[in-house]
Amino acid sequence: MKLNDEQQMLQDSVARLMADKGPVSHLRQLRDEHNDKGYDEPLWQAMVEAGLTGILVPEEHGGIGFGLVGAGLVAREIGRNLSVTPFLSTAVLGAAALSAGGSDEQKAKWLPAIAEGTSIIALAVDDGAKHRPERLRARVEGGTLSGEKRLVLDGHVADLLLVAAGEGDQAALYLVDPKADGVTIERTVMADSRNAARVRFDQVPAEAMADGAAALAAALRAGRAVLAAELSGLALEAFERTLGYLKERKQFGRLIGTFQALQHRAAQLSGEVAMSEALALQALNACDQDAEDADQQVLAAKAKASRVALLAGQEAVQMHGGIGMTDEFDIGFFLKRARAGGETLGDANYCADRFAALRGY
Amino acid sequence: MSDLEQFRAETRAWLDANCPEEMRQPLKSQADHCWGGRKWQFQSEAQKVWMERMAEKGWTAPQWPKEYGGGGLSQEQAEILAEEMKRINARTPVSNFGFWMLGPALLKFGSEELKREHLPPICRGEIRWCQGYSEPNAGSDLASLQTRAEDKGDHFVVNGQKIWTSYADKADWIFCLVRTDPQATKHNGISFVLFDMENEGVSTRPIELISGESPFCETFFDDVKVDKHQVVGELNRGWDVAKYLLTHERNNIGGEPPGFLKGRALGPLAAEYVGTEHGKLADAGLRADIANLEIDHMAFQALVGKIRAEAEAGQGVGAQSAVLKYYGTELNKRRYELMMDALGSEGLEWDSERTLGGLFAREWLRSKGNSIEGGTSEVMLGIVSKRLLGLPDA
Repeated sequence: MKLNDEQQMLQDSVARLMADKGPVSHLRQLRDEHNDKGYDEPLWQAMVEAGLTGILVPEEHGGIGFGLVGAGLVAREIGRNLSVTPFLSTAVLGAAALSAGGSDEQKAKWLPAIAEGTSIIALAVDDGAKHRPERLRARVEGGTLSGEKRLVLDGHVADLLLVAAGEGDQAALYLVDPKADGVTIERTVMADSRNAARVRFDQVPAEAMADGAAALAAALRAGRAVLAAELSGLALEAFERTLGYLKERKQFGRLIGTFQALQHRAAQLSGEVAMSEALALQALNACDQDAEDADQQVLAAKAKASRVALLAGQEAVQMHGGIGMTDEFDIGFFLKRARAGGETLGDANYCADRFAALRGY
Repeated sequence: MSDLEQFRAETRAWLDANCPEEMRQPLKSQADHCWGGRKWQFQSEAQKVWMERMAEKGWTAPQWPKEYGGGGLSQEQAEILAEEMKRINARTPVSNFGFWMLGPALLKFGSEELKREHLPPICRGEIRWCQGYSEPNAGSDLASLQTRAEDKGDHFVVNGQKIWTSYADKADWIFCLVRTDPQATKHNGISFVLFDMENEGVSTRPIELISGESPFCETFFDDVKVDKHQVVGELNRGWDVAKYLLTHERNNIGGEPPGFLKGRALGPLAAEYVGTEHGKLADAGLRADIANLEIDHMAFQALVGKIRAEAEAGQGVGAQSAVLKYYGTELNKRRYELMMDALGSEGLEWDSERTLGGLFAREWLRSKGNSIEGGTSEVMLGIVSKRLLGLPDA
């Protein structure tokens, strides 16, 4: 597919915004100053003003309802700049879950707050080191939740937790107040210098949604699709920086980009990145169109993007040689984010396994 | 009803009335394909009737102009025709290098006289073409070709040897790259000429491949007379035509895989031979390999769609065709390797009737040529790195 004019304009304006207000240097600064919030507040505020926090929020709740293609375009630029915001946790996962499964009251309370940037929402799904939402260990009984969650993005700064848990034989999302008694939050800074948390729930009041199962499914689908776009953008940037390096670094009296061994690897990587981007966009569009095979496309896109981003990060470090190993040089940030983003909401193996299951083999 | 809807309705009705039942089955193997040409033996009356009826409509070459025997269809109409044919599993009525390669070259570079002479017989399935490009010492380095055409006043005399000429022994005419100016630099002295394979001095010898089959020939030219008006494009500018066609050829890759796996999914095929446990393939490694292949294929298709959409918007495909050629053929080779993994010993049977004479193994081996013919994978990566990525020459 190809972007329409409106989408192209969004991409262009977001590209400027992120390069301007959310460059890689901000990630480095947040890390080095051990920032309490752990995200780029001025950038988040600029995104609120640009309406991007409400990109998935329906207009009746104060958003712009631009759909997942729009969210993916934002994520792509986030990937290119490694911008640090609660966009994924709040504007994508939170908005998708509440829109799909929230009661009227829950929607009226939280969706405008997402659009206005006054609340941060965190999704808690993983009970273990791997993403396995089909086998949740956290349980809700008699309206109270118990369990332990990991990789809760922006969990330590969240105003609302959306927690995946089993009740009877049904898995669903529940609303939990992070300040409630029995909630213990441990901030876990990850290798990519992003926010995550381990959260323990000990008999905590859990508020059911109108359709918590649909909310969980919608959040996972939206989150994976948007992550595929972010990882594709990350891969593209890592590739382009590496290509630039091949054209300036000299060894043996010539540019290293003249060596066929590197040329062919660069060519292969460029194709992989292009395919990853194309599939991510197609999958986002399939979700917006509610295509029959949207879930298959999203799983494929997340698997592909996870692999390609990691490959791009690995190749980028290798082709930069010694300087690629230094903390002073930015390229390592891309490798770290590729690893973390790839793990989030299901790694490539998990997505491929689910993809095969949906295809019936 | 919009014009396109009406076209769809009319096309559906016409196909229903005119496509013989026998021609509504998927090909069992490449042997069922109708190539056409003077030497063609129709496998059935239905195959003949189907080709003739489609030719009459101009639908053997749906998008070529009507005055040259084509259907004059727009891109949208051609897509509708393809969809409607697929809906009833209608076979391609006739196809050969005349349709894929020569036709597009003539339409772009040919004189009016050459178009009127050659395009209608292609559309009617009367003349089967082959392609004379590679030579024993000009493979990846095609422009170093040495077959020469000497100017003898009113005609050329061609001498030399071609190799990897697809079905040269079965074709009627050849489009051929020959050196017409030995003094010029290697890309500048080449011309694109056409001649009849029955001309005196043309001989062919099939080459047996690792698949046991012989789709390619060595072709020898010994003082072959060629009419001077049979030059496509300008004299000594044949490389432009060749390059255009190679790009065109590479663009056509990216659809469904050729051969046995066309229209067949690997998952169910593997389930048949490997078995299942709890609804999953009973071989976890193979299952993951198939899933990853299908994911990569889906990503490839998404890129193909994007590149095509950009091409329609006038940005041109250009060197992107090398990307498509590289990934399309590498994916196809992977697919055939997984097919062999799935089939086990049944895939290895070389001549049993059960396997239609070793179809699986032969198609697996045939697929190895995909990343060699039409420009090797390594040549494609070279094109991508230099022309798309702008990496410097050594």
